Amino acid sequence: MNTKEALINYSLRLADNSMIAAQRLAEWNSCGPYLEEDIALSNMALDFFGQAETMYEYAAQLSNNNSTADMLAFRRNERQYLNCLLVEQPNGDFAFTMMKQFLYSAFAKYLYEALSASNDETLKGFAERSLKEVKYHFRHSSEWLIRFGNGTEESLTRAQYALDELWRYTDDLFCMNQIDEELISTGISVSSDTIAAKWNFTVKETLQAANLIIPEKFNVIKGGYNGIHSEHLGHLLCEMQYLQRAYPDAKW
Amino acid sequence: MTEEEKAIQFQQRIDAGEKIEPRDWMPDDYKQTLFRQISQHAHSEIIGMQPEGNWLLRAPSLRAKKILMAKIQDEAGHGLYLYSAAETFGIDRTEMIAMLHSGKAKYSSIFNYPALTWADMGAIGWLVDGAAIVNQTMLAKCSYGPYARAMVRICKEEGFHQRQGYEIIANMSAGTREQKEMAQDALNRWWEPSLMMFGPHDADSPHTHNSMKWKIKVESNDTLRQRFIDRTVEQAHHIGLTIPDKNLKYNKETMHWETSPINWDEFWNVVKGNGPCNHQRLNHHKKYHQEGQWVRDCARAFEEKLKSESAAIKSN
Repeated sequence: MNTKEALINYSLRLADNSMIAAQRLAEWNSCGPYLEEDIALSNMALDFFGQAETMYEYAAQLSNNNSTADMLAFRRNERQYLNCLLVEQPNGDFAFTMMKQFLYSAFAKYLYEALSASNDETLKGFAERSLKEVKYHFRHSSEWLIRFGNGTEESLTRAQYALDELWRYTDDLFCMNQIDEELISTGISVSSDTIAAKWNFTVKETLQAANLIIPEKFNVIKGGYNGIHSEHLGHLLCEMQYLQRAYPDAKW
Repeated sequence: MTEEEKAIQFQQRIDAGEKIEPRDWMPDDYKQTLFRQISQHAHSEIIGMQPEGNWLLRAPSLRAKKILMAKIQDEAGHGLYLYSAAETFGIDRTEMIAMLHSGKAKYSSIFNYPALTWADMGAIGWLVDGAAIVNQTMLAKCSYGPYARAMVRICKEEGFHQRQGYEIIANMSAGTREQKEMAQDALNRWWEPSLMMFGPHDADSPHTHNSMKWKIKVESNDTLRQRFIDRTVEQAHHIGLTIPDKNLKYNKETMHWETSPINWDEFWNVVKGNGPCNHQRLNHHKKYHQEGQWVRDCARAFEEKLKSESAAIKSN
C-alpha cells in the first residue's frame, strides 16, 4: 500500500467516525430531556456532519476517480465503512448517549490535538478546526456524567450501566493497522499509544469524579478500522442511504 | 385610576402605536389572548420538529442533511424564545407543557399531516414556512413588545427555510420522472392544509375583532391568506408544478388569484384532534418528556447538592 492509498483510507476512517456519530446524535431530534439539550445535541451533530464532509471531500479529491463526498457517504456498504465500533452503538437512554459521547470525544480531542501537527496540510487544518468542536463535546458530556454520578440513585445506576456496556468498545479506538504504519512513518498521522495514555488519564479522572467504576475488561471487541462492525451499522446505513440507493440516477 | 380609566389609557397607547411591555398594565383579556397565542406558537415550533425529524436520518446528501438539521435546530430555538415571551405572563414552561399534554393548549394543525416523502421537506419549507412568514411578518408589528421582538428574529430565519424548501422542490421538479411526481404529490397534499394555516374566514374567526382592536393582529386572516396564494401560485408555475385546484383563476380586475372554497369541516376536524397525526405527535411529545424526567430530576438534585454545599462552606 502506498502513502496515498493509506491517506485515502485514513481520511475515510476520520470521515466515517464523524458521520456515524452525527447520524446517531441526529436520532435524538425532538427526543431530548430538555429543549436546550435538543439544541445542544443537534449542534454537536452538525459539527460532526461538517467534519465528515471535509474528510469525504478530501478522500474524493485524493481518489481521482470522479467520486464525490456524497458517493462516499451514501454508496459504500457496511464492510467498506471504517468507523470505530463505539460510535455506531445504538443510543440507549440519555446516560448511554452521553457516555458514548464522552468516551469518543475524549479520544477525538487527543487525536485531533496530535493531528494538528501532521505534515499533511489538509489533515492539519481539519484537526485544528475540529479540535475546538470536540473539546466542547467533551466538556458537555463530562459535565453530564458528573451530574449523573452525583444526582440521584437512578442517574448513577444508568450511567454505570452505560459504562459497563460501552467499555468493551474502547480498545477499538486505539487499534492500528498497516494504514497507520504507513502514515506514521511518513509523519502524516500519529501512533495511538500516546493518545491512549492521555485518554486513559483523562477518562479515569472524570469517571472518578462521577463516582463510576471502570469494569474489568472481560469482553474486548475490535475491528471497526478494518471494516468489521457490529450488526447495528448495517441498519443505520440502510436508513441513511435509502434515497441514494433507491433512486441512483436522481440528484437532490 | 379606576380600571375603566386604565383601559381607556391602554387603548390610547395601542392606538398611538406604542409597544406594551410585561410590567405595564393590560386588560385580562389582552393577557389571555396573547398568552394563548404565544404559547400555541411555541408549541407549534416544537411539534413542527417531528414531521421534519421524520426525514432527518434519511436526507439524501450531506448538504441536505446539514440544512435540514440546522432548520430543525432553528425551530427548537424559536420554541425557546417564544416560551420565554409567554413566560412574561407568569406561567412557566413546565406548566405550558402540561397544558399541551392535557389538550388545553393547541398547536398549529398543519403538523398533524404526515411527511411521506423527501419532497415533503421541500413542501413544508416552501408552503408551511412560506405561510408562517406572511403571518409572522405581520406579527412583528404586534403591540406586545416581547412577542414583536421574537417575531423579528424568527422571520429572518424563516426566510432561509422558505428558500431552502423551495430549492428542494425546484430541484426535484427539474429532476427524474419519479422526483417530479414526488414534488407534485407533495404540493397536492400540502396545498389546502397550508391555506388553512391562516385560520377561518374573518367572519367566522372568534378572536379577530379583539385581536385587531388591540393590534395583536394588524391584518385579517383572509388578507394574509390572499397574499400567500398570490405569491405561491406564481412560484409553483415558475417551476412547472400545478396548483391542485380546478377552479384556480386569475382575476385581472382585483389582480388576485381566486381559489375554490376551503373545506372547513376538514379544518375543524383536525383542530378537534382527528387529523392523521394528532395522536402520534402528542404521544411522541409525552413519551420523550416522560423519558427525560429522570434526567431533569438528576439535574435538580445535583444543583441542590451544590447549593447546600456552598451554603455549608459559607456558614463555616
